[in-house]
Amino acid sequence: MEPSYTLPVRNRSFYWKLFKSTFIISAFTVGGGFVIIPLLKTKYVDEYGWISDTETLNLVAIAQSMPGVVAANAAVLLGYRMAGIVGTIVALLATVLPPLITLSVISYFYDLFAANPYIQMILKGMQCGATALIINVAIDLVAKQLRKKLLLPILIILGTFAANFFFDVNIMLLILIDGILGLIWMRNAKYN
Amino acid sequence: MIDVLLFWEFAKIGLFCVGGGYASMPLIQASVVDTYHWLSMSEFVDIFTISQMTPGPIGINAATFAGTKVDGICGAVAATIGFVAPSFILGIILARLFFKYGDIGPIRGILNGLRPAVVALICGAGISFILLALWNSETLPSDWSGIDLSGALILGLSVIAIRRKISVISVLTGSGILGLILGLLHG
Repeated sequence: MEPSYTLPVRNRSFYWKLFKSTFIISAFTVGGGFVIIPLLKTKYVDEYGWISDTETLNLVAIAQSMPGVVAANAAVLLGYRMAGIVGTIVALLATVLPPLITLSVISYFYDLFAANPYIQMILKGMQCGATALIINVAIDLVAKQLRKKLLLPILIILGTFAANFFFDVNIMLLILIDGILGLIWMRNAKYN
Repeated sequence: MIDVLLFWEFAKIGLFCVGGGYASMPLIQASVVDTYHWLSMSEFVDIFTISQMTPGPIGINAATFAGTKVDGICGAVAATIGFVAPSFILGIILARLFFKYGDIGPIRGILNGLRPAVVALICGAGISFILLALWNSETLPSDWSGIDLSGALILGLSVIAIRRKISVISVLTGSGILGLILGLLHG
């Protein structure tokens, strides 16, 4: 049974609560959209009852499939559902401001310290660690596509990689082409 | 004027990055590092590292960092707003369509084509990272023997650690400390 809920009354105290809860979640969540979304859901659905569980899941599915940052997409879609355009703006601002502030401060210190030889050694080591992270993600993603045992996705991977890495074809052009290929030939559910 | 360019470049990146944080990296690299040289490849990898350890999505972090580099706080705001502008517009359109029709059918096909494309692009970014970490080079090196052995050691250990599900923050902290120790031993 879906617990009943009513769309929130759009007054100043609601907007402030929306801003505050979203801002705090965004400010203290390391790890991007997939960590932020469950926390937003807990606040909006379970604690405040501003939106239903099913509707949140549907909107999050859209947020993950549209372009852009998943957390920002989720804020836009949920904010719009709960309180229209103003809700969207409030939720989006609250999502974007914490990283904007944090990274402005960090880039200031980065410029200050990046020339220091000891910091450079640490950063160099961390670059290798970060490389390991992205290798790990790449391996998992390729394995997932291979497990599907479908020809088309593998051709797209090979073609896109070669065009991008060896022939420097514009990435946005490649994304457009692959999106069109998908629209024409990959609407079947087996490609999901 | 530079702020308008930042806004526009990051709006394009925001519009074309599909598939979460890692998917934005090849696009950001192509624009910010390769085309406009706002950041070096090394600085770009550092942002990626920092983003793994600080709150906030990597795309927004990279936009803020690059924007700050180019034009201080105004640049940061311009790049970040640009980056989320497509989300804002598309999000509202999709939310309306969804409430009206309850389905986003053809979008699935597009996404099915894009998913493998993103895999390929992330592999490309991964190779750029490896070239920088081990050969200190942004392109394929002419002399492969110039490999940085301490870098290779840290990279190998980090891959093992991650495959064993050790947390990202621990791996990055560990590789930083190891980098310092090996650097001091060398120097």
